[in-house]
Amino acid sequence: MALLELKDVNTYYGAVHALRGISLNVNEGEIVTLIGSNGAGKTTTLRTISGLEHARSGSITLGGTPIHQAKPHEIVRLGISHAPEGRRVFARMSVRENLEMGAFLRKSGPEVQADFKKVFDLFPRLKEREFQAAGTMSGGEQQMLAIGRALMAQPKVLLLDEPSMGLAPILVEQIFDIIKEINSRGTAVLLVEQNAMMALGIAHRGYILQIGEITIEDDASALAKNPKVKEAYLGV
Amino acid sequence: MSRLKLPAPLAALRARMRRHFGAHRTQGVIFAILVIGIALPLLSRVPPFGQLQSINAWTNAFTIAAIYAILAIGLNVVIGFAGLLDLGYAAFFALGGYTYAIVASPFFGIHIPFWPMLIFGAIIGAIFGILLGAPTLRLRGDYLAIVTLGFGEIVPITLLNADKFTAGTIGIGGIDKPQIPGIVEFTLINPWPFYVLIMLMLMLVTVAVFRLEDSKIGRAWEAIREDELAAESSGINTVISKLQAFAVGAAIAGFAGVFNAAKLTIVSPGQFGFVVSVSTLSAVVLGGMGNVVGVGAGAFVIYLIQSIFLKQLNILVSQLGIPILGDIDFLQFQYVLYGVVLVIMMLKRPQGIYPARRRMRTFADSKETAK
Repeated sequence: MALLELKDVNTYYGAVHALRGISLNVNEGEIVTLIGSNGAGKTTTLRTISGLEHARSGSITLGGTPIHQAKPHEIVRLGISHAPEGRRVFARMSVRENLEMGAFLRKSGPEVQADFKKVFDLFPRLKEREFQAAGTMSGGEQQMLAIGRALMAQPKVLLLDEPSMGLAPILVEQIFDIIKEINSRGTAVLLVEQNAMMALGIAHRGYILQIGEITIEDDASALAKNPKVKEAYLGV
Repeated sequence: MSRLKLPAPLAALRARMRRHFGAHRTQGVIFAILVIGIALPLLSRVPPFGQLQSINAWTNAFTIAAIYAILAIGLNVVIGFAGLLDLGYAAFFALGGYTYAIVASPFFGIHIPFWPMLIFGAIIGAIFGILLGAPTLRLRGDYLAIVTLGFGEIVPITLLNADKFTAGTIGIGGIDKPQIPGIVEFTLINPWPFYVLIMLMLMLVTVAVFRLEDSKIGRAWEAIREDELAAESSGINTVISKLQAFAVGAAIAGFAGVFNAAKLTIVSPGQFGFVVSVSTLSAVVLGGMGNVVGVGAGAFVIYLIQSIFLKQLNILVSQLGIPILGDIDFLQFQYVLYGVVLVIMMLKRPQGIYPARRRMRTFADSKETAK
């Protein structure tokens, strides 16, 4: 059984039909990427999963439990963390306080302390900046913090919205290596990207999203070779 | 800011106090309010203050200023901590006052003692805060401000018209004063018991708000103010969290409202107009949104300017006998004062005179463990 499963999900912004019957799944241990151009509905898909938007019809389940009626904070508690588009760190809080906010729903104790250590292991840069105000860090560091903050909730599934946005290529590579590392430690990842090449490089499977509909679903390596995908998203 | 050069022993003492009270904020607050509470009456005996008005008049002024300080600290929870603009804050102040007036005056012939009502007034405030907040907190920014502004108008109008319960325009008079039999008598003539009581209330509210700021609830407010979406993604129930801010703010206003009614011994709708909300807001903006000490000080400054400075200006100008100018009632200029304060602050120093400095809370602890 899939860990996270969307079945025929429809989301509207007022009268605009943004997601037109999306079905996708993320299995345990997988990195799944959702690729599409601007306005295809990638962010909306993630926002619907994490409860920030409401699906008008269809179902979303996490480990068999329906979550499409749940509130955002309940969904975090159930095990889905969302690192939103544009990083959105708490600018005036320190790095450490940002991470503490990520663990908001958890009782502080040795387990949370251990997770601090894990995040700092993944992102040594964050350890260096532990007491710096998050807003004063570079874009790449803020992205690391956004991912670290999401990890502090101990997610089963991590939703990442365009982690490469606005970052230098070398940083993008670093971030993607870390995503792989996070995944290898047991967290499933649903990765939304415009940088299709990079995303397909680390993902197991991928979905192509066009104007609110999933048009192609395949293994990542097959997608990377698919001429239609190549033409539309890989700029070849 | 330039620092005063102090002789070495004093500087060392200051450093020690700063360290100690930095680590024990509750003690710091109690100590500071004790010092201020004792210093203010002493100051009012010293020239030029001593010449302006009698010591009792000063004590009364300080008492009312402290009521405003409590209001500002309460409004600061809503605006400064949670980032919700509430323009009808006086309504909760009114509800607290009327709650006490109805059950402790000859109007209905009920006389419930002051002390339990102090708590009950806060509870009534909180209940109305939640009642107002629940349907409106989906609104953001300007829209929330407009709804709260409306609420601030509706409450006095309702009090005006529900004359069976509130005596309408006349208001409810003869409200019971607090009683501590055999120890101290609260009278209209002697301002001191009220002064001591309000200082204790100010202490209590300040400590409570500082504690809240450091709690998980305070963290959630801060996160919402910084970035509501990110807060939601971090697992904060933003609806509950904002309601808590509204409830706490309203409870503090209700608490102050009970005292205000007992001190003035009369409540009437006219006391709780928009001007109360605006002056409280001015104090919050002047002092620095989010800074508990700053907004409390801001309230003192605003109140003392309007009640002492403008009054003295009136007297001075009429003594000078300049035609036209002598006819102006400068007390009417308080609206101008609030307007000027708000505009200048927004243009020149939006963070307030005494901006909220973020305490990076984990900093000190971790540094010490690192050593």
